[in-house]
Amino acid sequence: MSKLSLDSKLAILSDAARYDASCASSGTTRRDSKDGKGLGSTEGSGICHAYAPDGRCISLLKILMTNFCIYDCAYCVNRVSSNTPRARFSVEEVVSLTIEFYRRNYIEGLFLSSGIIRSPDATMEDMVRIARTLREKHQFRGYIHLKTIPDAAPELIEQAGLYADRLSMNVELPTDASVQAYAPEKNPATIRRAMGEFRTRKEASTDRSHTGKRPPRFAPAGQSTQMIVGADLSTDATILGTATRLYGDYRLKRVYYSAFSPIPDAAAALPLIRPPLQREHRLYQADWLLRFYGFDLAEITGARADGNLDLEIDPKLAWALANRQHFPLDVNRAPREMLLRVPGFGTKTVGRILATRTHRTLRHDDLARMGAAMKKARAFITLTDWTPGALTDSANLRARFAPPPEQLSLF
Amino acid sequence: MQAVTLPTIGTDTAWRNAARALLAARTPPEDVLWHFGEAAPQLFDAAPIAPTDAPPIKVPASFVALADTVVWHSDPERFARLYALLWRLPHTPGLMTDRGDPGLARLRALEKNVQRCKHKMKAFVRFRDIGPPDLPRRRFAAWFEPTHHTVEPTAPFFAGRFADMDWMIATPDVTARFENGALSFAAGLPRPDLPEDATEELWGTYFCNIFNPARVKISAMTSEMPRKYWKNLPEAKHIHGLLAGAEARVREMQDKGPSLPPARAAKILQQLHAPALAQTLDELRARAEAENRTPLPNRGRIVLGEGPADARLMIVGEQPGDVEDQQGRPLVGPAGQLFDRVAQEAGLDRATAYVTNAVKRFGFTQRGKRRIHQAPERSDIEHARWWIDSEIRIVQPALILAMGATAAKMLTGNGTGILARRSRIEDTPAGPVFLTVHPSYLLRLPDPAQAQDATARFREDLAAVRALMAA
Repeated sequence: MSKLSLDSKLAILSDAARYDASCASSGTTRRDSKDGKGLGSTEGSGICHAYAPDGRCISLLKILMTNFCIYDCAYCVNRVSSNTPRARFSVEEVVSLTIEFYRRNYIEGLFLSSGIIRSPDATMEDMVRIARTLREKHQFRGYIHLKTIPDAAPELIEQAGLYADRLSMNVELPTDASVQAYAPEKNPATIRRAMGEFRTRKEASTDRSHTGKRPPRFAPAGQSTQMIVGADLSTDATILGTATRLYGDYRLKRVYYSAFSPIPDAAAALPLIRPPLQREHRLYQADWLLRFYGFDLAEITGARADGNLDLEIDPKLAWALANRQHFPLDVNRAPREMLLRVPGFGTKTVGRILATRTHRTLRHDDLARMGAAMKKARAFITLTDWTPGALTDSANLRARFAPPPEQLSLF
Repeated sequence: MQAVTLPTIGTDTAWRNAARALLAARTPPEDVLWHFGEAAPQLFDAAPIAPTDAPPIKVPASFVALADTVVWHSDPERFARLYALLWRLPHTPGLMTDRGDPGLARLRALEKNVQRCKHKMKAFVRFRDIGPPDLPRRRFAAWFEPTHHTVEPTAPFFAGRFADMDWMIATPDVTARFENGALSFAAGLPRPDLPEDATEELWGTYFCNIFNPARVKISAMTSEMPRKYWKNLPEAKHIHGLLAGAEARVREMQDKGPSLPPARAAKILQQLHAPALAQTLDELRARAEAENRTPLPNRGRIVLGEGPADARLMIVGEQPGDVEDQQGRPLVGPAGQLFDRVAQEAGLDRATAYVTNAVKRFGFTQRGKRRIHQAPERSDIEHARWWIDSEIRIVQPALILAMGATAAKMLTGNGTGILARRSRIEDTPAGPVFLTVHPSYLLRLPDPAQAQDATARFREDLAAVRALMAA
């Protein structure tokens, strides 16, 4: 085989990494290099340095160390039975690409994943070596996200956590049966065990010793995971149920939902359909409602009998339309929990309402200035100068929000 | 009427000083004209503000933060709006938390614009390498066109991030420089001619390949990366081509359909799914005993090898025969006895070697009271592979003596042409393998003279092995 140039390796190995949705560079400790001895900084919030035409942000240099892989996961472009071109970066190549891109302000840091070569331990060891070289030899203080290999030795994951800001492990599919069917070499129980170990270790890293000494920081930005949506037949209720369990059991920072999109040289087991982007979007909305708006899983997914979310209207609006007995709501009096359930009110708007109504009563135009989406909210609230009248209970309320019906094509 | 002109560099401090003086002089907002930059139109008398030693004014911290951000906006009314809010602050309790107040709402909107512009500047400044590579501090420069006057408030971010290199960000109205750890600002520059940077090509490659053509979402891209920034982003030149080719790429993917897996896939998966090898001879024995509890038709019991677990030589025969099956020991039947005799003559001590068979069960057909030996079938060999692999893994011999076609097939993958390949070492994944004939071959030769010759050659082979082990 002829030797690949750095450019062609980068092409192959970034191509292989594009199906990972996560690109966040947020949630870690604040660091900078004002002492002049290193390179890089992190703030609380991440920075997206570019956007690809697929609408996804480019915050990190997201690459695979190698796309050689001994596993055969049906949905993955790098599975052993695929004819995709293969390449492998050396440790130095990854390090120098990261540093050079970083110096030109293209990226916030590195997101390193890998196919599994030889054995999980050998692969993980190489990934840790890259993170260590960046941190120790180059004093790199930017963001590092390592995709950990669930079967790797706990000591390696421990080391990875000392150098990386975030670690992640993909559960890939919402149910164990689907994992068994599409990723026969992966073991959901092992993935869960590794996530549990991560949580224990992270919690242990906040305990001070008896002398008051703090142990070294362990992956300050926590752990995340990804689930592929639309490759198997799981319903939204199943997916969100799995996500809720993951958030609860392992204190995940994020669960990413990735609409399954056709891959080059696909396995026969999977349909090459248009990726269900709208479904992915609705899942994220539901995820936010569960985490920040005090909604219950059953409230969100109970609206429809088939256990899927309404694709035409957002889940909060769908809930409000199905539960109109709670509305209209008096914005000047309602408690915070109920305000959060008004369609068109976000957490920030609710905070502003609560801060202002201690001084004075609110009017319709005040809410508009506070950032509420009044077109949606109007039907569900009353104010000193606004009442929705019969609008709240009108039969065609849904039609005001749903996209207009489309005539099916005759051909 | 009071006119105030604020400088383009240090605007935030200048506005605060001016506002403090105006408030101390009780100048109402409608009597102040604010100008920005050098050439202020002087329609009214620009009476300089008298520096006062009035007591400092107390305002909520949130107002200071708001003012320090809003002054960088490009809206010409920003200073007046800020001063108008400041004027109202002492008489309006709770004003800073009232987002419904039109004056504050407008300023918060301006603040949001500036915050976003600062954020986009942190994201979209693109440095180019301009220094000779051998300098101790590397040098970079960038040209950027922000929507608001955000260079000055954003520069400390770059200073904290790129502290070990010298850099310059040039914009139409202000230029920020960071040299040897010191940050300075100067007037703006016309667009400088920055040298080409090869890394930009790599960045373009990355941008093109991280894009997934199956999920085009142009509005999501342009809302976060508005077109006004594209002219200074090296990667933006690829966007048009990516979008134009996306649909065709997806269609090609769908039309192509699944392909045949590459040749290596089956082998890798087979290895991956193979059961884990045994770790100790005891484990192997326990496993054999467990399997021996259920007898198989026309197959004997599992006969394991014997000898020291750390033997340097491993001797591999074909399969147990009738006698071996009864005694549960390898190579003790007629062929085994012949082997022992020839080995003794050749000076090879069987007791120091680990002796085993390629296939672990005696395969036979029942004829009356007699069990007639059957050559092992392919399935027998597949079944036996785990056993012999485990034994090799545990003993880790320096040399393996393979006797006969079955052992040769199992260890080298090829069981043909033993007579031509004998007396030589072949390298295999299990280590060096010395090939020779099986002693039962000597027993089957009808011509005594021929048998004598063959036995002599066999003896020479065993002597060669002894010599190899002694070396």
